[in-house]
Amino acid sequence: MTKQVQQLDRVIIRFAGDSGDGMQLTGDRFTQETAAFGNDLSTLPNFPAEIRAPAGTLPGVSSFQLHFADHDILTPGDAPNVLVAMNPAALKANLGDLPRGADLIVNTDEFTKRNLAKVGYAADPVQDGSLAEYRVHSLPLTSMTVTALAGFEISKKDAERAKNMFALGLLSWLYDRPTEGTVTFLEKKFARKPEIMKANIAAFQAGWSYGETTEAFSVRYEIKPAEHEPGLYRNITGNVALAYGLVAAGQQSGLPIYLGSYPITPASDILHELSKHKRFGIRTFQAEDEIAAVGAALGASFGGSLGVTTTSGPGIALKSETIGLGVATELPLLVIDVQRAGPSTGLPTKTEQADLLQAMHGRNGEAPVPVIAPRSPSDCFDAALEAARIAVKYRTPVILLSDGYLANGSEPWRLPDVASLPAIEPNFAPPGQEDFQPFRRDPETLARPWAIPGTAGLEHRIGGLEKADGTGNISYDPANHDTMVRLRQAKVDGIARDIAPLEVDDPSGEARVLVLGWGGTFGAISAGVRRVRNAGHRVAQAHLRHLNPFPANLPEVLRSYDKVVVPEINLGQLALLLRGRYLVDVIGYNQVRGLPFKAEELQGVIQDVIDSE
Amino acid sequence: MSDNGVNGNGVAGAGGNGRSLLSLVPKADGKQTLKDFKTDQEVRWCPGCGDYAILAAVQSFLPELGLRRENITFVSGIGCSSRFPYYMNTYGFHSIHGRAPAIATGLATSRPDLSVWVVTGDGDALSIGGNHLIHALRRNVNLKILLFNNRIYGLTKGQYSPTSEIGKITKSTPMGSLDAPFNPLSLAIGAEGTFVARTIDSDRKHLQSVLRAAAQHRGTALVEIYQNCNIFNDGAFEPLKDAAVRDDVTVRLEHGEPIVFGAERTKALRRTPTGSFEVVNVADADPAEIAVHDAHNPDPSQAFALSRLDSPAFEHTPIGIFRDVDRPSYDELMREQLDEAVEQQGKGDLAALLGSGDTWRI
Repeated sequence: MTKQVQQLDRVIIRFAGDSGDGMQLTGDRFTQETAAFGNDLSTLPNFPAEIRAPAGTLPGVSSFQLHFADHDILTPGDAPNVLVAMNPAALKANLGDLPRGADLIVNTDEFTKRNLAKVGYAADPVQDGSLAEYRVHSLPLTSMTVTALAGFEISKKDAERAKNMFALGLLSWLYDRPTEGTVTFLEKKFARKPEIMKANIAAFQAGWSYGETTEAFSVRYEIKPAEHEPGLYRNITGNVALAYGLVAAGQQSGLPIYLGSYPITPASDILHELSKHKRFGIRTFQAEDEIAAVGAALGASFGGSLGVTTTSGPGIALKSETIGLGVATELPLLVIDVQRAGPSTGLPTKTEQADLLQAMHGRNGEAPVPVIAPRSPSDCFDAALEAARIAVKYRTPVILLSDGYLANGSEPWRLPDVASLPAIEPNFAPPGQEDFQPFRRDPETLARPWAIPGTAGLEHRIGGLEKADGTGNISYDPANHDTMVRLRQAKVDGIARDIAPLEVDDPSGEARVLVLGWGGTFGAISAGVRRVRNAGHRVAQAHLRHLNPFPANLPEVLRSYDKVVVPEINLGQLALLLRGRYLVDVIGYNQVRGLPFKAEELQGVIQDVIDSE
Repeated sequence: MSDNGVNGNGVAGAGGNGRSLLSLVPKADGKQTLKDFKTDQEVRWCPGCGDYAILAAVQSFLPELGLRRENITFVSGIGCSSRFPYYMNTYGFHSIHGRAPAIATGLATSRPDLSVWVVTGDGDALSIGGNHLIHALRRNVNLKILLFNNRIYGLTKGQYSPTSEIGKITKSTPMGSLDAPFNPLSLAIGAEGTFVARTIDSDRKHLQSVLRAAAQHRGTALVEIYQNCNIFNDGAFEPLKDAAVRDDVTVRLEHGEPIVFGAERTKALRRTPTGSFEVVNVADADPAEIAVHDAHNPDPSQAFALSRLDSPAFEHTPIGIFRDVDRPSYDELMREQLDEAVEQQGKGDLAALLGSGDTWRI
């Protein structure tokens, strides 16, 4: 039968199911197909901290949202146009986000009395008319999958498990996605289980064919590829981009990368990724705890490697003392904090920006540390390189603040030209110097020499006790301590001369309101700003990559606007720093729900400030 | 047993049953002396502290290894003993309380050309840093850990430590301490330590013989050094030092030798049916029943039983190398994986890595 084809400029799809239903995999495959097709896209995986919460319960719901379009987009989307609900729990947990008129694909096989009762549905919402405001497609996905796989020598359980591939096939048909990538993927994934592999491919194809033949879907959608700059592209998550940035930092500096890490959500994937790249000479050390992880990294830096540690949540608290030692001994060290909702264990799989003040100040004594934050998943690559550059050039720990949204979210990435990546010069202290002094500083950068063991004639001792300026010997002299505290601060402050000024985006040049953000909120803020401008209003936007030191022109930028709005996924941490340092009465907008901002929400916030002018 | 590999530079050590990694450390050009290892820093331990004797023993021992000074690194934690690196004219890192094994792990596993020594104390290694110590031991990282055990907190002025005897009256325990102490050697053996030894600050000859074997050992060597704190815990090891009784209570372990001791060598150790040791009179014992020390036995139970022999009252205290077995070090295994990755996949190519996976061109 011939289906009507409708053109759309963008779609937001959310796949939702039980943790065991393979929703992350389904979402990831749809994303890869969409990327290969050439749409712009942005993704938001959302899953529980428990590996398998009791099946069919609300805490066990896992979802994956994908926003794709024929134009450049900035966020994973506020609300889905299409929700695929694999069971009653998935429906209940996600229905609140679904706008009226949205498509709802429901796997009716799972809407049993028992499953409905588990989540408190007294009656079946698919039957009782309570979903009347949506376009409901009631499909027995599980039983259709089992029927399609009748000829395969697999268990009923394995057949049922392939229902996510059936759903993927159906959605792939509905949005005209290329399918070769998924077939190849399944061939690889199940290479050792040929029957399971064939069954999954068959389920995927059966889903596609079902779409083509059924009358349940009369319309098929087309979203044209987006216009991108020419180049080679791939889809990438923040964690993988960050790992690649670290590999690149090793290549560009010639320093061996040494990652000391302890598994913690959502940072572990950086450890997993880097552990695959031993051929680059990268050492990954899974330590006994967070403290040992950063300790080993610092020890490796002492020996002339680029020490890196990755963590999240409470892990960053445990590393504080060693970061302080890195400040005192002035050794390069990269501390990657993939922020998650806190305090304490908090919400391990949910995002937040609430570690900024800890990164800035969370150590005993005056212990300044440069802090930088990536703005999008692919930007994690550049941010890692920049963090490495600063750490090596200034002989200092650097904290990189990623977050759970950036870490697991993905977007298309135009691959950089490797030849054009900046070089990082380790400039080790050369052997055989007369009168070598381990704390004699470079007059320009105030960095001390990096004299590594094995260098003849430069034997010296470092440690956490205060050093005498120059010689580095232990010193309890009051004036020396004052000097050293100020020198360490001046060194970090001076980095402001070595970073790009803050760029302000203000197309009209006449905006009176500035929206200033940092880190992973860039996409949502930009989308909010775009909406405000499209509605005919003027607003300027700037986004900080460097949080310590701030760019040198920041005070001037702040004072150029009547009002400055600072949206953050915390209770106003950047706002506190800006007020304290520049005496500017910024307007904070703060939400801590473990989720990224929505474009519409920020549009409203910005509009309110403009209207109050 | 193991592959009886070559000892690094031909020094005959008590260990000797494993492959030393010292051959990876560059050798000094000329002959070294004790002076080469002294720094210009004033030593700031209390007069009469056992640490002085250990420092002198280490400084006079190192020239024997003949390693380039710049390829030796001392890493320490916090505490009196941890000031040690400041007095050694090598590279040194005075780090954080308890964390020296972790920091040294990063250094040793990334630099096979270094001889890395950790200096720590009973509080540093066994209290705040207990976790790092046991994990370094089980991994068998190429570290030589010198644990100065004075059974007291010195630098914080005299609180009881994890090796203090129960009932210890200190500033923080005016009615006596309540917690049972660790036996550092039992702990190390239980943590899969491959080289576990004990020596005494005042017996330089014995201390150096243990250091010699430790230096050659493949992987982590844990050397407990009984060290007297003459300010806060003076006389803690008196029976082992007092010329009148020390030979009667000190059980000197020598690999392959019957375990016989006493001033007149009249006492010996015999294994009981439960696996522990008992002291017997040589005259009364069947010679075949007298235990023979086997430090190289892969089964740690005899070494563990020996470690339990040291009662708090020092009635008979074994010193020497309890355990010295060969097992690949973590460092070697880590390097092998890097080499294997390059062998199998070739050297890393950044552009190829970035372009791996599903890509598309626009």
